[in-house]
Amino acid sequence: MRVFPMLIFAVLTVTLVFILNTKMLLPAPLGALLSPQHGVWQNAEPADQDFSADFKFDALQGKADVYFDDRLVPHVFAEVETDAYFIQGYLHARFRLWQMDLQTLSAAGRASEVVGDIALSHDREFRRLGMVFAAEQSLKLMDADPVTKSVCDAYTAGVNAYINSLTASTLPLEYKLIGYKPGLWSNLKTALFLKYMSYDLAAHESDFEMTNAKNYFNPQDFKLLYPAIQDSLDPIIPKGTVFAPPGINLTVPADADSVYFASQVTAEELDKPDPENGSNNWAVSGTKTQTGAPILCNDPHLGLNLPSLWYEMQISTPTFNAYGATFPGAPNVIIGFNDSCAFGFTNGGRDVRDYYEIKFKDESRQEYWFDSSWRKTDFRYEEILIAGKPAFMDTVAYTVFGPVMYDKSFGGKRSTSHKNYAVRWKAHDPSNELLIFNGLNHAKNYKDYEAAVVHLRTPGQNCVFACKNGDIAIRTQGEWPAKWKGQGDFVMPGTDSRYMWQGMIPDVETPYQYNPDRGFVSSANQRPVDSTYPYYLGREYPSPRGLIINRRLAEMNAITPEQMMALQTDNYNVFAEMAVPVFLRSIDTTVLSRTELNYFALLQQWNLRNDVHSKATTVFVNTWDNFMQAVFADEFAKAPKPTAFPQESTLLEAVLRDTAYKFLDNVNTAQIETLRDISTQAFKEAINKLAPADVGDALEWANYKGTGVYHLTKIPSFSRLNLPIGGGKNIINAARDNHGPSWRMVVSLTQETQAYGIYPGGQSGNPGSKYYDTFISDWAEGKYYTLWMMKKAEEKDSRVKWTMHFEKS
Amino acid sequence: MKFITSIFITALLSFAACLFLPWWTIAIAAFMVSFFIPQPPLRSFLSGFTALFLLWALLSFVLSYNNEHLLAHKVSVVIIKTDSPFLLILATALIGGIVAGLASLTAAFARKPR
Repeated sequence: MRVFPMLIFAVLTVTLVFILNTKMLLPAPLGALLSPQHGVWQNAEPADQDFSADFKFDALQGKADVYFDDRLVPHVFAEVETDAYFIQGYLHARFRLWQMDLQTLSAAGRASEVVGDIALSHDREFRRLGMVFAAEQSLKLMDADPVTKSVCDAYTAGVNAYINSLTASTLPLEYKLIGYKPGLWSNLKTALFLKYMSYDLAAHESDFEMTNAKNYFNPQDFKLLYPAIQDSLDPIIPKGTVFAPPGINLTVPADADSVYFASQVTAEELDKPDPENGSNNWAVSGTKTQTGAPILCNDPHLGLNLPSLWYEMQISTPTFNAYGATFPGAPNVIIGFNDSCAFGFTNGGRDVRDYYEIKFKDESRQEYWFDSSWRKTDFRYEEILIAGKPAFMDTVAYTVFGPVMYDKSFGGKRSTSHKNYAVRWKAHDPSNELLIFNGLNHAKNYKDYEAAVVHLRTPGQNCVFACKNGDIAIRTQGEWPAKWKGQGDFVMPGTDSRYMWQGMIPDVETPYQYNPDRGFVSSANQRPVDSTYPYYLGREYPSPRGLIINRRLAEMNAITPEQMMALQTDNYNVFAEMAVPVFLRSIDTTVLSRTELNYFALLQQWNLRNDVHSKATTVFVNTWDNFMQAVFADEFAKAPKPTAFPQESTLLEAVLRDTAYKFLDNVNTAQIETLRDISTQAFKEAINKLAPADVGDALEWANYKGTGVYHLTKIPSFSRLNLPIGGGKNIINAARDNHGPSWRMVVSLTQETQAYGIYPGGQSGNPGSKYYDTFISDWAEGKYYTLWMMKKAEEKDSRVKWTMHFEKS
Repeated sequence: MKFITSIFITALLSFAACLFLPWWTIAIAAFMVSFFIPQPPLRSFLSGFTALFLLWALLSFVLSYNNEHLLAHKVSVVIIKTDSPFLLILATALIGGIVAGLASLTAAFARKPR
């Protein structure tokens, strides 16, 4: 034995193994990562992967078969309904575990556990918004309902059956790359996932922006900048509908004018959910279709990610047979159809998140002033675990309104203010949204639909419905706070119960339409009703998509599903239809250079469609953005931050009404600028920026816009970027940069249902699978797949590629 | 002959161990083979290195080939910052080879010299 060299090489070997087995080189141990029998190579799914398998689980009560078609869509046939949820959980985990786990960790404010302290601010924000508190509240209600409890228990058992089967080799790719392991699923995680959707859809507000704007502008200007209703509004429930007098008598606090509307508070806050989270849905009755059967259409616009938010499947049990888009993280079909009817959603978008300024007695935050006395604070202690660092303890004060989100210890991005703001969020109230989907999956007629959707509290949705018996309907469903005019637009005083929400709008007053004479119902996130509705609904609703959808549907007759697909993917820009003539009239062509005139000609000849190859769209969008800036930037320059510019429609309608709109003038110059000056300036600036970039096809709309579907980690090689798709903001085909139609569905309710759908993703969440992003190119092109509502007898059909058998062990 | 036998047995033992045990058991496999089939240090190193270089190259290539290199294209960009399945396979093979080679070398010195 040669001790010395042996020792050297022993130390060298051990050191090398140690380095390769720790996270020194990469977030994950490189040796384990590249070992062909453990690491990423194990996630290289063979192109001819056989997904067939036989499983035995104790938790099952009977037998079930799952048939996968050529798009890897599972068709689940279970003898016992709860077994179907077990299998749904199992399949969600089998194909999408990492995203479900990550989204619920993020919802719970636990992202730091995985990615370290870069997520601490996010985690604190979510804990302080009360996400876990809200999920716990809902879970109590879910547990109390025997149906929901059994559904969730089966679902959770299914997810965990898969998690427990995982080994170091079979762990999903992202766990290996980031270097962590999944925790077990629970019903609380399902509740957290649903609150995550509530955050995405029902957490948007601009209380701080509006508070700042209100303080900065005089009341007349404020009204001009932020009108409650747009001229172009075509509400979901048509104008002229007569509403019953309100069931709740609201009392505006007597001192509202002095204490509330005139109060001076400034504040800043953190990131927000995307305000463009919206959608289109509509249903046309048989009187307007070629076959005489109703057609229902829905395309929810959400953040576009890989793996997709949606997972397509059919669930068939002795009690129901449903097909559609499901949420990995929750049981049942969410948007889809069954043997009798079809259902879909768009976001209600009302303001259900308000802030109250809290006055604590002292630094200890033990007591706060409320209704002329000191009241005791409750505390919730949030321990935030951080990868590689000691845990962070956050003590969150809870008041009668809800958690104190912003205070001295958590200012968000506030620079100066040390004020305390409690948040009252509708999602804090217990609710059991799973009953809706369970009810809709079983629904046979309008009555069943109505009974199902009333369970929807938050996030409130416009629920569209169509049935084989010919019924169509839409309900602007949700549990909405009954607000007096202006309530919750601004930060409210937290010392006074009179400023609290005084009640919820009674469900019987929910605006709805059932088989209307016009032969269709539709929604596109516009204001649900006109100003005659007896409750205050806030002021932030987009109008253009609703306008064009209603116009098109009114014109159409003898409609076919193909025409509905064409409508869902329509790139017509109704906003430009109103705005381009303004520019063409007002831009002063005598001062344009030869180059600028060439681009002006593009605008003149534009067919008003945001098509893939349209250069004019790029010119218009840039001109409009500059126009907004030129009109408002001077007035807003000195306003306290944050503020929000008025809505685009507000400016457009103002200049359509009045070419001498007062904000057109640049307050920083001596002369008075006119519409002509400002639009010419905006156009010149746009061309100044665009002309040098006009190389090859760079200015063609799809290239310029750059729609992409990002992997949740943003790793570019796991993403699909720069897709050839038109559309955009205000367009029915609402594909923006990383946001857009996340599931397109057209269902014709003929005797034998004819259904079509597609989402920008693929059935497998594994970036190493060829089923990872299979649908994206077809989605961008506007193609649809036939959705096959399989019958058990078709198990020998050539479309069935793989079969999984499940039975009780 | 010893050289070829060592390579063969090291590869076989490593493969078997990694079916159930962590990746670093390849070092133990290489050490044991080199200990019980003694060779001069350089040859020991080369047999350990060759065994795992070939084993890991072959395994990762077969997995990647059956996958039409879909994953390797994506993951190589993340791990080695270059879109190259070939380089990712090479990196894999080198890591296996060096770890096993060093372990074999250690074993060669652990034996009494003949």
